[in-house]
Amino acid sequence: MPRAFTLLGLLALAGCGAGVGTPNAKPATKADAAHAADGEKLEGKLVVTGSSTCAPLVAEIGKRFEQRHPGVRVDVQTGGSSRGVADPQTGIADLGMASRALKEDEARLVQAHTLALDGICVILNKANPVTELGDAQVAAIYTGKIGTWNEVGGSEAAITVVNKAEGRSTLELFLRYFELKSANVKASVVIGDNEQGLKTVAGNPDAIGYVSVGAAESAARSGAPIKLLPMNGVAATVENIRNGSFPLARPLNLVTLPNPTGLKKAFIEFALSKEVHDLIREQSFVPVE
Amino acid sequence: MSPSSKDRLLVWVLRACAGLSGAIVLLIAVFLVLESLPALRNVGFARFFSDPSWHPARYAADGAYNLAPMLAGTLLAMAGAVALATPLGFCAALFCHFYAPPGLARACRRLIELLAGIPSVVYGFWGLVTLVPLLNKVQPPGASLLAGILILALMILPTIALMADGALANVPAEYLRGAAALGLSRSATIVGVVFPAAKSGLFTGVILETGRAAGETMALLMVCGNVVQVPKSLFDPMRTLTANIALEMGYALGDHRSALFVSGLVLLALIVALAAAAEWLSKGRVYE
Repeated sequence: MPRAFTLLGLLALAGCGAGVGTPNAKPATKADAAHAADGEKLEGKLVVTGSSTCAPLVAEIGKRFEQRHPGVRVDVQTGGSSRGVADPQTGIADLGMASRALKEDEARLVQAHTLALDGICVILNKANPVTELGDAQVAAIYTGKIGTWNEVGGSEAAITVVNKAEGRSTLELFLRYFELKSANVKASVVIGDNEQGLKTVAGNPDAIGYVSVGAAESAARSGAPIKLLPMNGVAATVENIRNGSFPLARPLNLVTLPNPTGLKKAFIEFALSKEVHDLIREQSFVPVE
Repeated sequence: MSPSSKDRLLVWVLRACAGLSGAIVLLIAVFLVLESLPALRNVGFARFFSDPSWHPARYAADGAYNLAPMLAGTLLAMAGAVALATPLGFCAALFCHFYAPPGLARACRRLIELLAGIPSVVYGFWGLVTLVPLLNKVQPPGASLLAGILILALMILPTIALMADGALANVPAEYLRGAAALGLSRSATIVGVVFPAAKSGLFTGVILETGRAAGETMALLMVCGNVVQVPKSLFDPMRTLTANIALEMGYALGDHRSALFVSGLVLLALIVALAAAAEWLSKGRVYE
């Protein structure tokens, strides 16, 4: 183990030179100095901001990282994927979190490190007799062309369409997959985070919503009356995300400026290592092999 | 220190405190205006009321920024809740003061105070898991203006009940003795003597509860459905200005973020307008 850390230290030292000149290099350099002094001690504070889907996972990884390195504090704040991409650039945060792939213009400025894979799936209340919806049907429901459940094989009741608030990457990916425009979505309820969406669908037998597969599976496992619908015929399971057959999958990324150094590099290496795979599985996400 | 110099010191301390309290409000207003400026410059004030919808984007040209439905939502929820809570609060205060035996009145007051102490997110959570599913059985989707009005009424009820209680307690005892000496019945005393005498206190209570209703955020965010539209019926979902800020602030960048500060500015203007209207209605005697 100590040998591994010495190696890390050397890497961090080597990275130091490259990092000078970027606005974020300062705290990292300080951490490196402490690091180099006794060869195996990491010190400092990491501020991580961004996607609320990634945040619970990164917080858990951060806790374990703090246990390994008592001198380090990992501070995780939520604020959405766009923030997760913007904050490392402005220096507000050391690392960002984004629950989507980087866009082309973003990829020129920052680097993404994929922690895990997640999917987005449609959820219904357990009391709803509907067990499957085609992509066209989901799109028609979200644009208001289908207004009652009996048009897709359910009860007479009107459909309660649960949509996400502007700025969420879950909304962005959902719209892109179903080729919808935000302005055309006829929502009955607009929610903020995954948790509120799960509560709304759990409390309303006629609701339809979409959330992270990880969040939905965890909720269903702990007894919430919801069910995950297959997407285009592929069941929304961790297994199908792993083997790549689930159509609406997305990477959960840590975002940094190109070529991270020191503490940041050490944390990313830890977060991408096998040591945290149990944490990733616990939250029903898929570790990257 | 001589008594007069003590007095002088006290006056300066008091002046500083009063100045500070006033300055904080002004600082907040200035801060709101400064943060709103980019949106006001790039989007323009008129677009906040004339755009086809609320679909904000990071760059002004890509988005639509109509705040009017949310202003309407705030006003409707506020008006409904005040209309519901005011008579309830007045009646509760009257009962405690003139009809209830002392023990019961005390218990009643304690309970109302307890109601005032419950955090708003608890009301919201209760609304989300109990009230909304209940309303959903009457008319889907359940999350609606009505749910917001009911929760909000519950939240501002203690404010108006306790304020009215205080106003009634301040009615001079000789008025009541005079009314009794004239042989007025209890109901005649209340209508003819107590209400006119307690008018300004009751009015202050209404203003305070209205302010609280306009500013409430979490509970409304959880039960109102947050769809940006002017609700056509009580059962339609809608979004308030405060919920808009809370929902999107963490996720907003650029002009979108700035537009949310405009939401705050509009809200502040609404509160100022309310206070001014109240002042005008009572001809400057609100706080007497």
